[in-house]
Amino acid sequence: MDLVIKNGRLVDPAQRIDAVTDIVIRGGKIVSIGKTSVPDLPQLDATGLVVAPGFFDIHVHLREPGTEEAETIASGGAAAVAGGFVAVAAMPNTKPPNDNPSITSYIISEARRSSPALVFPIGAVTREQKGETLAEIGEMVEAGIVGISDDGKPVMDGRLFRRALEYAQLFNLPVIQHCEDLNLSKGGVMHEGVYSTRLGLKGIPSSAEDTMVSRDLILAETTGGKYHVAHLSTRRAVEMVRQAKAQGLNITAEVTPHHFTLTDAAVAEYDTNAKMNPPLRSQDDVDALRKGIADGTIDVIASDHAPHHINLKMLEFDRAPFGITGLETAVGLAFTELQLPIGRIVEMFASNPQKIMRVSPWGLFEGSEAHITILDPKRNWKFDVGQSRSKSRNSPFHGREMTGKAVGTIVYGKVVYEDRA
Amino acid sequence: MTLKPNYQLMNADEMRGTLNRLADEILSAHAGRDLVLVGIQRRGVPMAQRMAKTMGEKANVRPQLGSLDINLYRDDLTHAAVQPIVRRTELPPHIDDKDVILIDDVLYTGRTVGAALRALTDFGRMRTIQLAVFVDRGHRELPVEPNFVGRKIPTKDNEVVEVRLTEIDGEDAIYVMEKA
Amino acid sequence: MKRKDLLGIRELDCDEILEILDTAESMQELSSRPIKKVPTLRGKTIINLFFEASTRTRTSFEIAGKWLSADVVNISMSTSSVSKGETLIDTARTLDSMSADCVVIRHSSSGAPHTIARMTKARVINGGDGAHEHPTQALLDALTIRQRKGRISGLKVAIVGDIAHSRVARSNIHLLTKFGSDVWACSAPTLMPVKMDELLSENQGRLHITTSMDEALDQADVIMMLRVQFERMNESFFPSVREYFRYYGLSRERASHAKSDAIIMHPGPINRGVEIASDVADGPYSVILDQIAAGLAVRMAILYLLLGV
Repeated sequence: MDLVIKNGRLVDPAQRIDAVTDIVIRGGKIVSIGKTSVPDLPQLDATGLVVAPGFFDIHVHLREPGTEEAETIASGGAAAVAGGFVAVAAMPNTKPPNDNPSITSYIISEARRSSPALVFPIGAVTREQKGETLAEIGEMVEAGIVGISDDGKPVMDGRLFRRALEYAQLFNLPVIQHCEDLNLSKGGVMHEGVYSTRLGLKGIPSSAEDTMVSRDLILAETTGGKYHVAHLSTRRAVEMVRQAKAQGLNITAEVTPHHFTLTDAAVAEYDTNAKMNPPLRSQDDVDALRKGIADGTIDVIASDHAPHHINLKMLEFDRAPFGITGLETAVGLAFTELQLPIGRIVEMFASNPQKIMRVSPWGLFEGSEAHITILDPKRNWKFDVGQSRSKSRNSPFHGREMTGKAVGTIVYGKVVYEDRA
Repeated sequence: MTLKPNYQLMNADEMRGTLNRLADEILSAHAGRDLVLVGIQRRGVPMAQRMAKTMGEKANVRPQLGSLDINLYRDDLTHAAVQPIVRRTELPPHIDDKDVILIDDVLYTGRTVGAALRALTDFGRMRTIQLAVFVDRGHRELPVEPNFVGRKIPTKDNEVVEVRLTEIDGEDAIYVMEKA
Repeated sequence: MKRKDLLGIRELDCDEILEILDTAESMQELSSRPIKKVPTLRGKTIINLFFEASTRTRTSFEIAGKWLSADVVNISMSTSSVSKGETLIDTARTLDSMSADCVVIRHSSSGAPHTIARMTKARVINGGDGAHEHPTQALLDALTIRQRKGRISGLKVAIVGDIAHSRVARSNIHLLTKFGSDVWACSAPTLMPVKMDELLSENQGRLHITTSMDEALDQADVIMMLRVQFERMNESFFPSVREYFRYYGLSRERASHAKSDAIIMHPGPINRGVEIASDVADGPYSVILDQIAAGLAVRMAILYLLLGV
């Protein structure tokens, strides 16, 4: 596709660009960056807007294969571009799980066919995500995975996780861990604290996450593996990651928008849209996460988009599944809740995710694939869950007013999402 | 809804005189029988107590006393704007074959008495049930008539007859009030 | 009652609680009449929706409703994960199609009555939800205490047992501290709720926690023993029944630390020899049977106040 983006503020920290100028795209690639006049091509006026490398959400649950009533690759992709993401990394806990190359290939080909966003599958660490034996990681790499994880669950067995960290190095794959000691968290449905006691709900203690982060960081150090902590949620875990980075370990960490926005108070009257894993925690934890974002301890914001059919979230709190959607609110919440310079937002949504996952990078440079996100940091808007492109409606942010939004998403030079004021 | 006094119907002396007369009438109507004075909550209760004391002083007759809260027996139309407080219902045991005098301060539509009759049937089979009221203000909605009346007066729809008793209100008097 | 539902004690104010207790006291005489019937709730439909087995609470509500001439129906729901089919919203809609005036719900998941109450027109009474609240139990306990002690304020009340998992403890703590009594919650460290100390400031500073039974019982006016659930042993909350009784069971000797006229309460059913010794349960200061009678009166009062107008 061909396109000229005119007069936008180009921001790409990886390329050290922050300037108001034009981009010319031909055949789906960026051919030039700089003031230009190419009237024969379609023009996109980006005056007053920020033009960034395409955003990449590296923690998304597309429910295909197996639970298509909640989300498909097509609907998840539509939600992604509506949120400003040109690409998502799809977690493997589908039914059947993505633990072998045929599922990986299916996901990739279905995405090519029906999803406006790029979909990069993440493969399972263990067969069927059972945590017993390694999955065929090499074969999945050849089929196109960009990382491995048993997300939804942790790899509990230390010996097995050590092997995974060692083996993945062969392919330069990040090993992404959902940190939760299942024995400490057993039966829990929300953060263990004052609110869980008051509401009479069983709690998931912070120690369930912290003990595993601690173990994993030691294993990462001893193996030299590329380790990534999914959805950090506790103060102590942030601190441990900070110290590990200070020691020079090859580790990275992500946070979800709901974890830096809401606390366990959101459970209030047993609202199942406040039920996710790891759970919303205390204000003290939220403060620590925001500090970790500001000082670079946390590298990436990822939504952990977890759609569930509306029927399932209408169950009593104990029985409702964990998870909320997040693709369409992530960027808005980052702008509104965090007071970050635009360069840091671009880093956390575009530059850093590409460094972590095994992908060929894109950015604002000549020759790059034209995957671009256009942002309006001043746009006032209200999220209406009824208009969401996801098939599911489990979001606690319905009606939330935000300032800052992705207003254009471009994949291979084609505008796949546009929100004109 | 505010009430303002229209006129005073009776003062304390007149009330005492009326009570004595009612006691005489009841005694002569039921000479020799076992009487049970059942006060309808709320003001019927102290009235029944006073009546029993008077009967004891005058004629050395000691009727049994009871109290009856009719709120659990209301029909729909007697529902007050605010849910009324349920008070004590206490009747003497072995009430069969006795003569019950229901005692209340004001007789108006008759629905309270209707509810009281419903209530009493669950307690046994009394020989007779009769009604004594201090004031009959008319406007009956059911076929209920008192056997013993203190004073019968015509009233308007927007009037309220307020019987005040020392035990509850700190003074003895009867006022006819008007809804403002 | 101005509320649509009775879901917990925490949100009630003292006036509302007193209204229930006073009405209950007036209605208690119903149980001594030869004909135990008043027509007050004639034509009202009350459904006992019990997702958790309970004979005594359900029977108590059933009798209360029937004495008030309501039509009472008992439905036992299964909550096995096999029967994932019917969701709470289906249940709520079914209730409305049956024109239920009132539903009494007992559920093993905290918050289930709240969810159903939002979705149905019927008045909802919480008959016990998970570890959250059991408001009618706390109300009948308060009535029992008031009748024995003349008041519910200014008392020392010891609640001993599995506080972490007890909805009875929570509701009683809310009620008694609201009225200015001091509540001493006592349990083994494994059975004390998390962040209980943070809740202390909420309850007007009248909630005290301790792992020492002697400290809790010292000069107590009321001793409330909670039922021990044997499933707890399988989860390593305490090693054995014998150890539990030794350190947290109410023996005659232990009870003597309290005031000489202290009353002994238990929500039932009792585990004789586990949380309470037989001779204490059957002794002169045990008001366990009074609690059951109070339960009937309180439940009648609540049904009347919710449905009687």
